Amino acid sequence: MAQLVATLASTHHPFYLKATTMPPEQQMPEAPLWKSKVEAYRETLERTKPDILVMVGSDHFHQIFLDNCPQFLIGKAERYDATFYNEEREFGIPKYVLEGDEDMSRFMHQSLMDQNFDFAFSNELKIDHSIICPIITVRPDADLPVVPIYTNIFAPPLHSPRRFYDLGRAIRKAIDDYPSDKRIAAIGTGHLSLELGGPRQFMETGPDPVFDRQAIEWLTNGDIEAILEHVTHESMVRSGNATQGFLNFILMLGVAGPENADYVDNLDLFHTMEAYFTWYPKEQAA
Amino acid sequence: MSKYYVNKFLYTVDRDPELLKRYADDPRNLVATWEQSMGPKLLNNEVEASSVHAFTPAEREALINHDYVALFEMGAHFFLNLTIFIGIYDEPYMEKSGPLSFQREMAARLQHWRGKDYPTVET
Repeated sequence: MAQLVATLASTHHPFYLKATTMPPEQQMPEAPLWKSKVEAYRETLERTKPDILVMVGSDHFHQIFLDNCPQFLIGKAERYDATFYNEEREFGIPKYVLEGDEDMSRFMHQSLMDQNFDFAFSNELKIDHSIICPIITVRPDADLPVVPIYTNIFAPPLHSPRRFYDLGRAIRKAIDDYPSDKRIAAIGTGHLSLELGGPRQFMETGPDPVFDRQAIEWLTNGDIEAILEHVTHESMVRSGNATQGFLNFILMLGVAGPENADYVDNLDLFHTMEAYFTWYPKEQAA
Repeated sequence: MSKYYVNKFLYTVDRDPELLKRYADDPRNLVATWEQSMGPKLLNNEVEASSVHAFTPAEREALINHDYVALFEMGAHFFLNLTIFIGIYDEPYMEKSGPLSFQREMAARLQHWRGKDYPTVET
């Protein structure tokens, strides 16, 4: 059977590449620290020598729109083009082409259907920065095949936090059951408190630093009970209108299981709290 | 009211550099053209028409005026409403007042919503 070698969950900040590659004299003061933190986080993946990456992200109205909007979607294609014109324009993120793994996508899709998750699928998926940002941060050579999974985190109504956690558990089961000798890493991104297009956007901190610290503590301790007790759609929206990106962190905790994280780091940037978590399956902790 | 149609406008214009330029340079004309020949098309289908949606006068005016405050208040999706106007205003604001100055002005103009429930973006 395939082996899950690491679960990574982080925020995805689309300006990372631009912020850390512009001429040094123009860089923000936090750029060198940000880069060193990302490189340390990258090492937590590198040491596990993965063969395939299961990538969890959320399309930001690039390919998916309100005329046909799935809650959960899996890519099933031999390769995936990535990044759209308006992401290149806004964030300076270049084009990528990622190899797919149709065999694993097919197995994952069937397994998730069998576990009662009605997944939409796409045989021609162009992926956006929610999946390319973590490629840039943790696998910048973009040299591994991916199985992309999209969740709906911002076109309401959204699934519950519990459903996201359960989906993470189901993805974990699919990885564990996959008949292959491949080493699998699961990598997901989302947000802590975040405001976009509202009165609390681009402040000196994220819109709710108290939530950010609490969320980091919950994830560090793998405390899904506390998360499910305290985090609701209403509470997330109070913390910032785009805070429902936290649902992807809950999903990734489901992949890892309710365990302490093996690696935790964070960085207070000018308008967000960036956070980086890695879990290793306990029987073979690195 | 058609939040969906407003979002469809923002989505289809933001993703196309040529349309975005026309929306920046001559919004009244682009909105009229869009309503006539682009909005009524089923997405991703050049042939099939859709007769379901139309703008209200207030929605049309808000789009013509790049009035992101009004669009926010109508429940246009926050991500689309932000991204398209960053596409239009980020560079000129940056040159004049530095990084993120457009984004901060947008936040300032929405301050009266702080502490309140924002208009829902549900469609």
